[in-house]
Amino acid sequence: MPHFRQNRLCLREYFNMFNEEENRDTFDIQISVSDPEKVGDGMNAYMVYKVLTKTSLSIFSRDEVCVKRRFSDFLGLHSKLASKYMHMGYIVPPAPEKSIVGMTKVKVGKEDLSSVEFVEKRRSALERYLLRTVKHPALLKDPDVLQFLESSELPRAVSTQALSGAGILRMVNKAADAVNKMTIKMNESDAWFEEKQQQFENLDVQLRKLHASVESLVCHRKELSVNTASFAKSAAMLGNSEDHTALSRALSQLAEVEEKIDQLHQDQACADFYLISELLGDYVRLITAVKGVFDQRMKTWAKCQDAQVMLQRKREAEAKLQHANKPDKLQQAKDEIREWEGKVQQGERDFEQISKNIRREVGRFEKDRVKDFRVVIIKYLESLVHTQQQMIKYWEAFLPEAKAIA
Amino acid sequence: CLQSEETINHLFWDCPRAVNVDLQTDATLQVDISDALSERDKVKFTVHTKSTLPNFKQNEFSVVRQHEEFIWLHDSFVENEEYAGYIIPPAPPKPDFDASREKLQKLGEGEGSMTKEEFTKMKQELEAEYLAIFKKTVAMHEVFLCRVAAHPVLRKDLNFHVFLEYNQDLSVRGKNKKEKLEDFFKNVVKSADGVLVAGVKDVDDFFEHEKTFLLEYHNRVKDASAKSDRMIRSHKSKFLFSISYFYGHSPLPLSCFQTLFPVQKIEARVAADEDLKLADLLKYYLRESQAAKDLLYRRGRALADYENANKALDKARAKNKDVLQAETTQQVCCQKFEKISESAKQELIDFKTRRVAAFRKNLVELAELELKHAKGNLQLLQSCLGVLKGDT
Repeated sequence: MPHFRQNRLCLREYFNMFNEEENRDTFDIQISVSDPEKVGDGMNAYMVYKVLTKTSLSIFSRDEVCVKRRFSDFLGLHSKLASKYMHMGYIVPPAPEKSIVGMTKVKVGKEDLSSVEFVEKRRSALERYLLRTVKHPALLKDPDVLQFLESSELPRAVSTQALSGAGILRMVNKAADAVNKMTIKMNESDAWFEEKQQQFENLDVQLRKLHASVESLVCHRKELSVNTASFAKSAAMLGNSEDHTALSRALSQLAEVEEKIDQLHQDQACADFYLISELLGDYVRLITAVKGVFDQRMKTWAKCQDAQVMLQRKREAEAKLQHANKPDKLQQAKDEIREWEGKVQQGERDFEQISKNIRREVGRFEKDRVKDFRVVIIKYLESLVHTQQQMIKYWEAFLPEAKAIA
Repeated sequence: CLQSEETINHLFWDCPRAVNVDLQTDATLQVDISDALSERDKVKFTVHTKSTLPNFKQNEFSVVRQHEEFIWLHDSFVENEEYAGYIIPPAPPKPDFDASREKLQKLGEGEGSMTKEEFTKMKQELEAEYLAIFKKTVAMHEVFLCRVAAHPVLRKDLNFHVFLEYNQDLSVRGKNKKEKLEDFFKNVVKSADGVLVAGVKDVDDFFEHEKTFLLEYHNRVKDASAKSDRMIRSHKSKFLFSISYFYGHSPLPLSCFQTLFPVQKIEARVAADEDLKLADLLKYYLRESQAAKDLLYRRGRALADYENANKALDKARAKNKDVLQAETTQQVCCQKFEKISESAKQELIDFKTRRVAAFRKNLVELAELELKHAKGNLQLLQSCLGVLKGDT
């Protein structure tokens, strides 16, 4: 039981450390997601989270607002934002993944460590999601975001199937498919985009590899913890059966040291996993959003190309009609040419705009990435430092006991 | 890839002497293993002796011995009735490089599928592992010889002298199947006997206590040894997070990450030290406590023989038949039993002294090493943090 409680504490501790940095920004808005509460019973049950916003920004009606939201509400928000902004080249932060296994356990009412961990992981992920969303200057002002944060009643998000992370992924992939089906490959005149796309491809691959290796690291650490605990018990038994008093005492002390070290390993595993693995997971999903945005640009270009092709055809049609004697059709053709000229211009403007937006978004993304990773690495190293300091304490206490064996 | 094996096959053994026993070294007879050579399927130990005893032709000499010859010497002690009252130093375990060799071979096969750095790193690790196993097996064989040389009676044994001095192969072929089976049955009978004997309460308080103590202690040491092995194996699997990956994705100072690689190396050293100070200690006392148990069983058998001889004598006197023979048998059994009891008592007291001293030494050294490594790690981590934090 003590382990149970301690793990919960350590999770919150680590997540709070991460979000602390976010909140201390010159952004003047603090968001926290807390107090998960189960509503209902059985398979229809769901978790409700308290979303507390503290801000001095004027776009908010109050400087402190507290609302209750469920997971599908978050998904709904993301879906709206994605459909509004992705095609303009904005990197919309992805919502956390749905998890059937995780949620079923919670619904069924399993109060074990893994379902507690699951809820805590989700709570923190939702918090990070909101923080990233409001950090985006355009999204912060979005009425859907404001409504999400402020309004006490939110219309139930429809068809969460389509709104799941997988659903968004499908939307992104559709854009990618469109790109692949393009008959004329985009002639990238801008080397910056080509370079960046390649960079993100590489980053994606490496982050996934890294994510996998962290998971195996956590496994090892947990295995070490189990084996250390088992050895500690065995050493205590050995100490009991030892008939030399001082040695017996020293062996019992050794057993205690190993037990404490086991706890250290467990806490360290927490840090490994929750600090680093979650961050990596976030970034793997973010990269998908970034790649999606590049694909949207290609789609925009394709649309522009199609418009130009159409314009060309209309002009050819008009030229043909010049020699036929059909003044009505000729006028129609001229009108259509004007229409498509407009579309071509719009398409070119759109393309310019999305390219500009993407450059800005990518710049912001890189800055945030460096900051996020730096914060987490520092926290992680601090946790390693703490572990070593504790180890030193334990062994320093043990040494005189060992020396006292006479 | 087996090239690497050859480069570390030859080992000059100049590390501090075996740490699992606390022995009084004596100028009259000093034995050590000065060199060792690992070949494909055997290890050749160079046993080096320095002695002022008149039994030997020279004052200093060396011979080459293999594992089977150590076993022959150990078994000759066990089978010698004269030594029934002593704790026979446990035989060294057979050198086993199979697992390590297999790993090196697999590495060689997989060379094409990994980067040059990965390959070099893995190769170094496996070579270090191989070297560690090699050093350990040399240490175990040396400890055995040192224990024999330190024992007031065993050191005078003729077979021991032959082992040390005879510079030809002792031609001790390994036991064939029949002999191995015989051994197996002998052991079964011995433990059955042991159970019988263990059941009867001893009149002598000292031995009664020792019996109870050793039976429980041996089991606990066995368990602790197994669990410590498992713990250390988990520790050995690389688990310090490779923060190096991060370097590729964020323009953080390289110097910071470069300090983290030594941290990983220190973790490996911690595991190796724990292995040496803790796991090996427990393994050794597992074998020693078994040898002490064997002594108790032998005494138990002698006691049973003595009691039977007493009963036979009573019967003979009652029938007035073969009384003289029965008397002689009874006297022989009595002497044997008393002789064993006397030396056994001293042996068991010495065993406790040795055990306490060895545990003390190793536990102190373990704690000191753990502290050293933790402090080293701490320094590295703090310097890395300093760089990171200062770099805003």
